Amino acid sequence: MNWEIVIGLETHAQLSTKSKMFSGGSTAFGAPPNTQANAVDIALPGVLPVANKGAVERAIRFGLAVGGEKVINRRSVFARKNYFYPDLPKGYQISQYELPIVKGGEIRILTESGEKAIRLTRAHLEEDAGKSLHEAFPDMSGIDLNRAGVPLLEIVSEPDMRSAAEAVAYAKTLHALVRWIGICDGNMQEGSFRCDANVSVRRLGAPLGTRCEIKNLNSFRFLERAIEFEAKRQIEILKDGGKIIQETRLYDADKDETRSMRTKEEAHDYRYFPDPDLLPLEVSEKWIEEIKAKLPELPEAKRKRYQTEYALSPYDASLLTDTREKAEYFELVCRSLEGPAPKTVANWITGELSALLNDRGIDFSQLLISGKAFAKLLDRIKDGTISANVAKEVLHGMANGEGDADAIIVKRGLKQISDAGAIEKIVDRVLASNPKQVEDYRAGKEKAFNSLVGQVMKATQGKANPGQVNEILKRKLAG
Amino acid sequence: MLNASLKELSAALAQRKISSVELTRLFLERVEKLNGSLNAFITVDAEKSLAQARAADERIAKGATQPLTGIPVAHKDIFVTRSWLTTCGSRILSNFVSPYDAHVIERFNGAGAVILGKTNMDEFAMGSSSETSFYGPVKNPWGQAYVPGGSSGGSAAAVAARMAPAATGTDTGGSIRQPAALSGVSGLKPTYGLVSRYGMIAFASSLDQGGPLAKSAEDLALLLNAMAGFDARDSTSVERVAEDYRRELDKPLAGLRIGVPKEHFGEGLAGDVCRAVEAALEELEKLGAKRVPIGLPNSGLSVPAYYVIAPAEASSNLSRFDGVRYGHRAKEYRDLADMYRRTRAEGFGAEVRRRILIGTYVLSHGYYDAYYLKAQKIRRLIADDFVEAFKRCDVVVGPTSPTVAFKIGAKAADPVQMYLNDIYTIPANLAGLPGMSIPCGFGRDDLPVGLHIVGNYFSEAKMLNVAHQYQKATDWHQREPAGIQP
Repeated sequence: MNWEIVIGLETHAQLSTKSKMFSGGSTAFGAPPNTQANAVDIALPGVLPVANKGAVERAIRFGLAVGGEKVINRRSVFARKNYFYPDLPKGYQISQYELPIVKGGEIRILTESGEKAIRLTRAHLEEDAGKSLHEAFPDMSGIDLNRAGVPLLEIVSEPDMRSAAEAVAYAKTLHALVRWIGICDGNMQEGSFRCDANVSVRRLGAPLGTRCEIKNLNSFRFLERAIEFEAKRQIEILKDGGKIIQETRLYDADKDETRSMRTKEEAHDYRYFPDPDLLPLEVSEKWIEEIKAKLPELPEAKRKRYQTEYALSPYDASLLTDTREKAEYFELVCRSLEGPAPKTVANWITGELSALLNDRGIDFSQLLISGKAFAKLLDRIKDGTISANVAKEVLHGMANGEGDADAIIVKRGLKQISDAGAIEKIVDRVLASNPKQVEDYRAGKEKAFNSLVGQVMKATQGKANPGQVNEILKRKLAG
Repeated sequence: MLNASLKELSAALAQRKISSVELTRLFLERVEKLNGSLNAFITVDAEKSLAQARAADERIAKGATQPLTGIPVAHKDIFVTRSWLTTCGSRILSNFVSPYDAHVIERFNGAGAVILGKTNMDEFAMGSSSETSFYGPVKNPWGQAYVPGGSSGGSAAAVAARMAPAATGTDTGGSIRQPAALSGVSGLKPTYGLVSRYGMIAFASSLDQGGPLAKSAEDLALLLNAMAGFDARDSTSVERVAEDYRRELDKPLAGLRIGVPKEHFGEGLAGDVCRAVEAALEELEKLGAKRVPIGLPNSGLSVPAYYVIAPAEASSNLSRFDGVRYGHRAKEYRDLADMYRRTRAEGFGAEVRRRILIGTYVLSHGYYDAYYLKAQKIRRLIADDFVEAFKRCDVVVGPTSPTVAFKIGAKAADPVQMYLNDIYTIPANLAGLPGMSIPCGFGRDDLPVGLHIVGNYFSEAKMLNVAHQYQKATDWHQREPAGIQP
């Protein structure tokens, strides 16, 4: 029997404003507890909220990126979500309920079977709660209100994903997008980007099953593991003839399992109503136009353009656009090139350069190699000055700040040997001293050829032009 | 001096006939003498007041004065006041000393006024009699067996008993105007958004508005000049050019169209009040005003709509009083839920608990549309009634309250009877319109009657003009209660 997993995600992206959603309090992470909670944040009697324009602007930016002007509600309403908890100072959270600032839109993800659109239900502005610290004090709980009031954009998807892998692809694409348009730093360890997953299962073709919501998944790996565990759990219950109870579940990373937090019956009645302290949020056409004019080219548009303009595969195009810095670097290199094709640039950036950044734990902004300098390096492969293998060595030198490609080639004596006579002499010597491999090759063992190439390259410290080496070797062995 | 107008006090201070310290002492002594019987003040702190008075005297010596410099003003204990206890009439804030000043307090401090003390009030402004205060009921200076009205009853009684030359109050459904009427003083609730609510402890955010209580319309104008003004910290504060509310005081009333709503003269209005208001209307006609009969057909829905909207907002606004960060917390509790339960059961009085329950109920899943949403629609209808009315008249005039002051305890057991006290004042709150009450005579047991004036949005200067012209022609506002037993 075939089962289908149905997933929808609710994502909280912390908006990258300096001050809070409804107060002037600082949003900087990591300050000592309660030092960044002002009178409004701790809900002293008499204080009032004032909406942060920068947060609203970021929400509009998001709307424009996922659906254009048509998904921006010109009038949205802040509402109070009422419940008691010590880290919720007012006894209610200011959020948006019936009229969110963004309604609709979509995120396009790349799956094994091609591109897929995940529809968005809505995105709304709200404030974060504080943090309860249950372990730090014996018989007591500590409350840290630094986070209280931090601006969040809650992005709600339709239940359009059908596997944990799709959910992860969606989360990653969304994560890349919010950083791309500069509305969220995406720091998952600090909680700037966290997901709740609504998971249900059904037999193929059946109506939607009862869903469970898994809370607070703050890494892509946990998201994947939690969905996989949860789907398996639900399928097993149904197979045994049981019923799924609608509930909120918590993922325990240590035990790699989800467990029940509260059932629907225990759910709060939040008693939403429009916040009378805040006027409806009115967004003018002019403001939308201004924000739109400042919006960078979006990853999806870039991906399409790379495929048509540079003839890259969808896969390469998507690798290059996972961050804005990488895409912009790619374009800069392409613009500065004399010789090689964009495909070569793409291979280098997604291959050797990405590996180098990974090893060193840095990103494009910290890379010491300008796009122009990188283009020069690739040009030196193309014009035969160095081989691709030697170029890797030069690249590391450049990343160490040893100078540009030409300087390193000269300093280290890496210039490629393209003098046919010189290469021939070395080939002769190698053939003479490796009679066994020559014999093997002639007996039809292709592997022996690679070994002979290796010997030649070794003898030239890798500087021999590999194309020429191949050609001369083949000729001599045939002759 | 106890009977002097603010203008006279200002002049006396400027001419050094009296110092602010002397004036403040004078009123502090009066408070000391009468507060034991009237219970108008929750907190008096002579040292703090006199320190401010000394600072005011220095300002006066330098010649850097504003109209209110050196004048003591009593503040309703709903305005948070730095380093003063601010209780809101509740046990739950019985230990709360605010680390910041409300915008209104900042304004008075900036003008050089002296804080005379914090006045008693219905707990969280929920009441029409000032009986629900944790700090005991306020007595009416015109007869100590009677309530002074509420919720700003402490402020009204303080002005009536000449314990303060002026006071501040807040008005959510009539809480400035009704006590002004029942205590025989003048009180003004400005247009919603004119006075910042920052630092004014919220009861029902969409209805609450701060305003002054004083002996005359002229004094109110001076006080409103200090209180009104845009404040970026209150999103509902209205950004508009500052105006001098005294500027139209002396305009004659010739040609003024007074709208008289028949709905405010029907069943429920006591005969003595009706007669006094009728006489006031005649007086206004003598001054050149013209009577225009108008209708406010949805007026009758205002009390039920109000008792959905106000408790709904209150139930949420009062959630922050949870014993976690400040205020009263129960001494013993089993767990978190028990801490909340006990803290709030101990900290809030019966009327506040009743309104939290009503508000929680009407916002509950499945009831929201039937109650809250419907009440909001009624609210729109009531506002529309006034839009129609103001096409035909300049101000709407009627009784402030259906009866004169009632006896302490008389309505305490019957909330609906208590709520009906505000039947004429609530519509202005629902519509966001300015309203005021001025003394217009006496009724049963020689208790004062208030005349209610409602104006169009931001027409405070016109309303004050009407009230001032009336007060120039009459002396009801100058009467003072005799024989207050200390």
